[in-house]
Amino acid sequence: MNKVRFGHSVIPYLFLLPQILIVAVFFYLPAGEAVRSSFYLEDPFGFGSTFVGLDNYRDVLSNAEYRRVAIFTVWFTVLVAFFALAIALVLAVKADAVLRGAKSYRTLLMWVYAIAPPVAGLLGIMLFDQHVGPIVKMASWFGWNLRVGVNYHDTAFAMIVTAVWLQIAVNFIFFLSGLQSIPRSVREAARIDCRSGFRRFWTVTFPLLTPTAFFLVVINITYALFDTFGLIDLMTKNEPGNNPVTLVYKVFLDGFRGNDLGGSSAQSVILMAVVFVLTIVQFRFIERRVHYS
Amino acid sequence: MTDTATTLHTGAPDTPATGIRWGLLFDHAILIAGSLFMLLPVYLAFMTSTHEAVTIHIGGVQFLPGDRLAENYATVLFDGIGFAGAVNGTTMMVNSMILGFGFAIGKIVVAMMAAYAIVYFRFPLAELAFWAIFFTLLLPLEVRILPSYEIVQKMGLINTYTGLIVPLIASATATFFFRQFFKSVPDELIEAARIDGAGPLKFFRDILVPLSRTMIAAIFIIMFVYGWNQYLWPTLITTNEDYFTLVRGIKQIIQVWVGAQIPEYSQAMALAVLAMLPPVVVVVVFQSWFIKGLTESDK
Amino acid sequence: MAQVHIERVSKIYSGTQRAVNDISIDIPDGEFVVLVGPSGCGKSTLLRMVAGLESITEGKVSIGDRVVNGVDPAERDIAMVFQNYALYPHMKVYDNMAYGLRNRGMPKAEIDRRVREAAKTLELEHLLERRPRELSGGQRQRVAMGRAIVRSPKVFLFDEPLSNLDAKLRGQMRVEIRNLQKRFGVTSIYVTHDQVEAMTLADTLVVMNNGVAEQIGSPLDVYERPASAFVAGFIGAPAMNLIEAVVEGDGRALAVGASRLAPFSHSPALEPGRPVTLGIRPEHLRRAHANEKADMDLVVSAAEILGADTLAHGRIAPGGTGAAPLIVRLPGNVRLETGARLPLVLEPGAAHLFDGETGRRIDLAEAAVAPQQAAMARA
Repeated sequence: MNKVRFGHSVIPYLFLLPQILIVAVFFYLPAGEAVRSSFYLEDPFGFGSTFVGLDNYRDVLSNAEYRRVAIFTVWFTVLVAFFALAIALVLAVKADAVLRGAKSYRTLLMWVYAIAPPVAGLLGIMLFDQHVGPIVKMASWFGWNLRVGVNYHDTAFAMIVTAVWLQIAVNFIFFLSGLQSIPRSVREAARIDCRSGFRRFWTVTFPLLTPTAFFLVVINITYALFDTFGLIDLMTKNEPGNNPVTLVYKVFLDGFRGNDLGGSSAQSVILMAVVFVLTIVQFRFIERRVHYS
Repeated sequence: MTDTATTLHTGAPDTPATGIRWGLLFDHAILIAGSLFMLLPVYLAFMTSTHEAVTIHIGGVQFLPGDRLAENYATVLFDGIGFAGAVNGTTMMVNSMILGFGFAIGKIVVAMMAAYAIVYFRFPLAELAFWAIFFTLLLPLEVRILPSYEIVQKMGLINTYTGLIVPLIASATATFFFRQFFKSVPDELIEAARIDGAGPLKFFRDILVPLSRTMIAAIFIIMFVYGWNQYLWPTLITTNEDYFTLVRGIKQIIQVWVGAQIPEYSQAMALAVLAMLPPVVVVVVFQSWFIKGLTESDK
Repeated sequence: MAQVHIERVSKIYSGTQRAVNDISIDIPDGEFVVLVGPSGCGKSTLLRMVAGLESITEGKVSIGDRVVNGVDPAERDIAMVFQNYALYPHMKVYDNMAYGLRNRGMPKAEIDRRVREAAKTLELEHLLERRPRELSGGQRQRVAMGRAIVRSPKVFLFDEPLSNLDAKLRGQMRVEIRNLQKRFGVTSIYVTHDQVEAMTLADTLVVMNNGVAEQIGSPLDVYERPASAFVAGFIGAPAMNLIEAVVEGDGRALAVGASRLAPFSHSPALEPGRPVTLGIRPEHLRRAHANEKADMDLVVSAAEILGADTLAHGRIAPGGTGAAPLIVRLPGNVRLETGARLPLVLEPGAAHLFDGETGRRIDLAEAAVAPQQAAMARA
């Protein structure tokens, strides 16, 4: 049945006004502007702009640098999401399994949620520092000369490790709550039906956890694509030149540093399309979960 | 036999009573390793912040506490920090608080009002308003950053708290949370209130807002942490150091790192610790609310 | 206190769907009316229209002498007890009861007096400072009642108020509600799907189905002379046996599958070939004595032993798939074996007849009261 509602009056309009106003000015206006300027070529000296159709998109997509960044972004996203999810899942399953100290473990494993990406980036810089970083020292024991900030792949490695570290907490929280919402009776039924704990996990627990896992996959992709901005900004130490960066970072670089308004806007719009699809997928899934539960 | 009950509860691998200890020990080993992995970087940052920069420069990141804790933190909090010298940790802390509280409170007020209108009223344009608001969930700030900056600049809001806070509210996450919550409030409650003579405003004030207290607390924590941790937007909007937040100030620190002969490792880490402390404390102390808010509102 | 008139009221959703269809009920002052029916029959909708929570599409509702169609619920001088109690979870028991009075601008002292009085009546005095979540189901139910009482309304409305309680508590609260209503003498409308609740509480019973009032009458009247096959099946537990039959021969016998029954041998004849439904309550059949002539035989398929009674399930002889199913209530000490044949006697005048198409009662007048010497012939 539909929600009982109050009748028609001026109140709903008044209550909606602040939100609508903010959304209009700070969301629709800029989003529209991004789409619009992606079809224009801005005069570098500020003397107006010319309509160039899809030229900006063509330029962006045919740019070798853009493709390099796109490929790195895909790798970065896949690796960060995979490791952050896998480690969090293992920890959540174990935290769900122990009785003694369960609460302390939960606290110890979730608090990193509160750390800002650039702060995590700063910690990463310290730990991977050429001169003082303990991780570099450890790597050298294995004969690995880690040169973060100099070697492209080493920098990428440091970024991925830091990004994974930061994201484990969120995944852990959701996995644990997902595990705890599996009814006791189902687990007990599974214990009677299946002797092997490992098999039980993959045949009963994990399937029941897939809604959470799927939701988290989307969350993690969004995280790797967007929320890591601060982390990357810090870890490239203002010298993005030959360091790995992601697509969002490139939008920022081209727009604010390179003054390539059209190109940056076209990149924005491409990213918008990506997020759009991701979010639609997520909504579809949330809806399904609501119906099924 | 004493552990039979334990295994029943935990669903841990089935092992005979004598072997249980090993499985349990393994579980604990993994959890301890995981906890250490999460803790160590921050522990090392804190240890580093208690040493002299030279010690770090020579001996690397320190695992044990040094004797410069008070001095380092005093310098970061009260003296001008390395670069421009115009801003100190206290000012940045205050600005971070303003951003965290301003954003959380603003967002909750705006979101609750909008969600109330959407859920509890039938009016023309309701559908349109709903979609207009929830469409904002689709596009994060990062992909429209440049035009957003330009608009705020044209409005003359650069280096103002308004320019810092209000545009961040333009996403409907909290509105979405409250909408979901309001929809779960039983219809009978509003009917009882109507029979008790409560109109729309009274119902909102007397029933719905008090009823949402836990939800408000949970969302407040999430939004406070989110606001406090903002980086890109403050970086663009605040060029005047008087408006720097701690997280924004981190960016400045890195320049010290790149340029200097002996980088101020300890001061940088002290600043990082300061930037982490308030949100971490909030999240740890209000853990159960926060987790409830986070995991239940996504549905 | 006031009488309530419901005059040709209908509720129409989305233009065509009639949730409530042309219902009229006159409720005298102080009477307890129960709306009963299966879920979706429109009983709650009707109640909510009286409360003002649902708009009235057609017709007129008046409380006292005032037509209340457009009046806000708060202005109708009613009180309502909800299925889930709808207590304000963040308010103490005291405030839950006082809230409506405060909104009316009643003086503090008067509010306090009323709340304490109601709390005393309902034995809630020691709970006034608690919050709803600290109360048991029964206590919450009492608070909901208290919230209704303090308003001293003209009408009490109850929307399935006992359905969330366990069976024992439900029984207790049923008695309590009835006593309270008698004591205050407030006109009450009570919605339930539980026919036991309906029978025990009502002065007047309104049996609803598909948005229509099938019958309005006293509980006993409804039980003894159900106006339709639906009412017959709904009121009474275990439910009345409703057996499809066709009028045969001289218009006094009925063909039921392969069997022939003549429960109305002295009644006026019906036209042969007319499809009818024969209604027999399980409690109106008994086992025939040794030399008594049976009205019908039951082939027993199962026995439900309830202690005080035993319910025999089976089919009318000769049995088999085509035969009509039948339930008989027998004394508790009867032992039955599956497959056994049980000769049965129908209590005089206890059979009901309904039209096979419309389901309406066919009145056989006094004639049907005559003793049954009916024969059962096998085809």
